[in-house]
Amino acid sequence: MRSVGAGVSALSVRGVFKSFGSGAVLADIDLTVGEGEIVSLLGPSGCGKSTLLRIVAGLEQADRGTVQIGPRDVSGLPPGARNVAMVFQSLALYPHLSGRQNISLPLRARRLTRLQRLLGPLRLWSSARSIEREIDAAVDDIAARLDIEGVIDRVPARLSGGQRQRVAIGRALVRDSRLLLLDEPLSSLDAKVRVQARDEIVQIQRAFGVACVFVTHDQGEALAISDHVAVMLGGRVAQFGTPAEIYRDPVSLAVARFVGTPTINVLDGAVDASGRVHAAGFVLDVRLGIPAGQKVSVAVRPEHVRIAAGQDESRPVLRVARIEDHGHDGLVHLAGRDGKAALLVARAGRALAFQPGDEVRVSIPAEDALYFSEDGSRLAGLPVAIAAYARG
Amino acid sequence: MTSARFARLARHFVLVGGAVLVLLPLLWAIRISFLPAEDVFSPQFRLLPSRWIGFENYARALTASPLLHFLANGVLVCVAIIVCQLLVAIPCAYVLAKARVPGLRLIWLAVLVALVVPPAALALPLFIMAAQAGLIDTYAGLILPWTVSPLGIFLLRQAFLRVPDEMIEAARLDGLGEGEILVRLLVPMISPAIGALVIISLVSHWNDLLWPSVVVTSGAKATPPFGVMLFQVQEIGSDYGPLLAGALMIAAPLLVLFVLAQRRFLDGMTWLGSK
Amino acid sequence: MPAAEVQVPRWRETVAGPYLMLAPAVLLLVVMILVPLALVAATAFTDWHLGGGPPQFVGFETFRTLLEDQDFQIAVWNTTRYVGLVVPATTLMGLAVALLIAECGRGQALYRMIFFLPSVATLAAMSVAWQMLLSPSVGAVPQVLRLLGFAPGNWLQDPHAALPALAMIGIWSEAGFAMLFFLAGLKTVPHELVEAIALDGRGSVVDRLWHVTLPHLAPVTVFVLVFSSIHALRVFDTVAIITRGGPEKATLVALYFIYQEAFSLFRTNLAAAATVLFIAVVLALSLVQLYVMRLGRSR
Repeated sequence: MRSVGAGVSALSVRGVFKSFGSGAVLADIDLTVGEGEIVSLLGPSGCGKSTLLRIVAGLEQADRGTVQIGPRDVSGLPPGARNVAMVFQSLALYPHLSGRQNISLPLRARRLTRLQRLLGPLRLWSSARSIEREIDAAVDDIAARLDIEGVIDRVPARLSGGQRQRVAIGRALVRDSRLLLLDEPLSSLDAKVRVQARDEIVQIQRAFGVACVFVTHDQGEALAISDHVAVMLGGRVAQFGTPAEIYRDPVSLAVARFVGTPTINVLDGAVDASGRVHAAGFVLDVRLGIPAGQKVSVAVRPEHVRIAAGQDESRPVLRVARIEDHGHDGLVHLAGRDGKAALLVARAGRALAFQPGDEVRVSIPAEDALYFSEDGSRLAGLPVAIAAYARG
Repeated sequence: MTSARFARLARHFVLVGGAVLVLLPLLWAIRISFLPAEDVFSPQFRLLPSRWIGFENYARALTASPLLHFLANGVLVCVAIIVCQLLVAIPCAYVLAKARVPGLRLIWLAVLVALVVPPAALALPLFIMAAQAGLIDTYAGLILPWTVSPLGIFLLRQAFLRVPDEMIEAARLDGLGEGEILVRLLVPMISPAIGALVIISLVSHWNDLLWPSVVVTSGAKATPPFGVMLFQVQEIGSDYGPLLAGALMIAAPLLVLFVLAQRRFLDGMTWLGSK
Repeated sequence: MPAAEVQVPRWRETVAGPYLMLAPAVLLLVVMILVPLALVAATAFTDWHLGGGPPQFVGFETFRTLLEDQDFQIAVWNTTRYVGLVVPATTLMGLAVALLIAECGRGQALYRMIFFLPSVATLAAMSVAWQMLLSPSVGAVPQVLRLLGFAPGNWLQDPHAALPALAMIGIWSEAGFAMLFFLAGLKTVPHELVEAIALDGRGSVVDRLWHVTLPHLAPVTVFVLVFSSIHALRVFDTVAIITRGGPEKATLVALYFIYQEAFSLFRTNLAAAATVLFIAVVLALSLVQLYVMRLGRSR
C-alpha cells in the first residue's frame, strides 16, 4: 500500500457504522484516500458502497465513526459546509438552468450572500458585480478545459449525454474542493461509450489533480482506473489495496471470487497425510502449514490453467465441454471425464485448437493457485521446493 | 367523393353544427344586448336590430349598477385567493413530498379528507364562524376560507414527488439554503403544476356564486356572479337588453382570458383530469 | 484500529424548518375545513337555530325530522332526477364530441376551445342568457319551434319541464370536462392494437371503435361518470338565478334546499343535518373516484 506519509490525506474515514431500520449496512469502515488519488469503492449492489459515499458527502449520517476531509473533521457538518463535490448517477443537473448557470451555482452559493444572490439581477453591489465577473471567468475556464465552451449556455435538455456529463463534472470541479465523489457515473452508458467516458474521467482527474472516490459495481472499471480499490462486501471493507494486489493477492475467497472475469475457478480440496493438497483429481505440491484432513479451497485464475499436450500421466484428464472464441483469445470450459458440469474454465490463446468432446490433460501450477481455508481466509502456501529448502 | 372524404365532411358538418348550438346562448345574449327595447319583445323574428343603438345597453348596464365595481371585486378576491393559496400550498406540499419528519401521514390524511368535502357544504358553518368573527360582508370573509386549497396541496405534492431527490441533494452540496432550494430551483421546476392550479382556482373562484351570496350582504363587496344576482332584483332586471349586456360583461373577462390562453387552460384542465 | 465510541455530533437538520413550512397550511386546514366540518356535524345532532337559544343535544331527532320533511324528500328526488338526466347525457356528449374531434387533424384546437367554452363561462351570467334563450317571448328556441310549427311552452315556468330545462343547461355547462377527459384518454389508445385489428381485416371505424377504443376508454368513462355525478350533485347557480327552487318546488335541489333552510328559514339544525347527508353522498362518490383512479393507474 502506498504510504501516505507525512502529508494530510484527502479523505480519512474511521470506524464508520451505519444501520437502517432493518439491519446494519456498514460496519467498521476504515478508509484513506491520498491527495490526488483515485480510489474505487467496488462491490455488488447492496454492499453499502453508495451509503458510504453519501456519508462522506454528508447526505447521510453515520451512527458511529468520523469523516475527515483534508485536515478538517467534517463529521458534524452539513453537506453544504464540507466543500465536497459530487457527481450523481443521474447527474442531477437543474433542468431549467443553462450549463453555465448550473456550473456557476456552487460558486454563487459560496461567494455571494443570500441577499446578493436574490437581488443579483439588479446589480446593486459593485463587489457583487466583480464577484460575478470572477465567477463567469471561472466557469469559462472550466468549460474550456472540459471542451464544452461552445454549448455552455444551453439547457441540459439540449445537450448530448456526454456533454451533460461534462457539465455535471464541471459543476463539481469548479469549486476547487479537495474531494470529488462519483456515484456510478458510467453505469447508464452503453459498453462502448463507457470505456471512452471512463478514460475521459481519468484524464480530467489527472488534469485537475483532485482526489476522487468512485463507486462502481463493475470490477473491470475499478481495476482499470484506480490507484487503490476498496472491495466492499456485506458492509465491510473486505480488502483495500492496489488493483494488482486485489487481483493477485486477495485476502479472502469472497474477494477472489468477486474480482476477475471470468470468475476464478474454485475447487474443493483437502490436505493429505503428506501435506500436499488434493483437489478434483489435481495434486498440488504446496505446504500450507495446516493439519492433514483439513478442507481447503483451491482457486486458480483461468489464465493459469494449463492445457497440456502430451500424455504426462501425472496430469488429470478432462473433457472439453464448450469453447468460447473471443477472437484474440478464448475460453475452454472443461468438465470431468464423465461428469457434465464444467469444472474449470481455462483461458487459451488458441481455443479453436480444441473441440467439444476432446480429452486433454490439464495442469494447475501450484505456485499460481490461491489457497483458502474453510472459513474463506487466505492461506499462505509455500511451494514444496522452497519448503524443502526451508526445512533443509 | 371517396368515403374518407365524405366522412371528413360529415364530421366537420356535425362539429360545426354542434359548435353553433353550444355557442347559441352566448350568441343569443350578444344579439339581445344590441337590441333596442322595442325589438326585444317583438313577435317577428328579425336577425338584425331595427335600429342600431350601439353600446347603449352596455352603457345603461354600467350606470344602473356598479358593474365595474363587481369586476374589480372579482379581480381583487381572485388574485388574493390565488396568491394565498400558492404561499400556503407550496411549502406544505414540499414538506409532504420530501421531508422525513413525524406527523406527515396525519397531515396528509387531513388533506385528503379536506379534498373530498364539497366546499358548498361548508357554507353554513363557515357563515356562522364568519358571523362570530365579524367578517360578514368583508373582503376577508370572501377570501379567507379559500386560502388553503387541498387540491392545490395534492397537485403540488404530486409535482414535488416527481423531482428526483438527487437534485435537491446536489443543491445542498452546492451550499444552497433550504429556502433557496425551494424557491429558486424547485418552484421553477414544477411551474406546469402551479400554472394548472392557478387556472383551476381562477375559474372556480371567479365563477363561485354560493359563498359570496352567503357572506356578502351589500353590493359593495359583490363578486361578479353575485352581481348578476343583484341585477335581477334591481330595475335593470326587467330590462333585457341592458341585463344581458351586464351579464355578458361579467362573463367576458374569463372568456377573453380563456380564448387568449386556451392552450394553457386546456392543458391544465387535462393534466388535472389525468392525475 | 478500535472503532470510535464517540457519538457523531450530528449537525442538526433543523426540525423547526419543515414544521414552520407546514404551519400555515395545517392551521388553515383545521380552521377553515376541519372545524366547520365538525361544527356542521355537531349542529346536526342539536336543535339549534341561528339566533335562537343555546343548542341542546337531541340525538338523531333532527335527522328524523329531516327525513320526514316533505321539502327534503322533494329535494332528494329532484336532485336524483337531475343527476340521472345530466350524467349520462354529459358523458355521451363528451364522448361523442371527443371521438369526432380526435379524428380532425386541423381545427382540433378550435373545436376544443369552442366546446369547452361553456365550462369556463360564468354560469350565473350564462343562466341569464339561457333564461332569455328559452323564454317564450324573447328566446330563440321557442321562435325556431314556432317557425317549425310547434307551439313552445314556457318551460322554465312549467313544473314538469323546469328541471329538465335546468338539466339541459347543466349538460351544456359540464360536457366540456367530459370531452377533455375523453380526449386525453383517446391519446393513449395503443397504436399496436389498432394496427393489429387492421391487419386482421377488421379495420373499419365501427370495428375499431368497438374492439379497441371503447374498451380502452372504459376506466376513463367510469371516471367521467363519477366526476360528472359529483359536479351534478352540486347544482346551485342555475337554480339560484333562474328558478329559485320553483315553480312549485320543481327545481328544489339539495344545495338550494340547504341554502333555504339555513339562510331563509333559519332552521340551522335541519340545514346541518341535510349537509351531513350531502357530504356523505359526495364522500362515497369521491371514494369511488379515488378507487377508479388507482385502478386506472395500475393498468
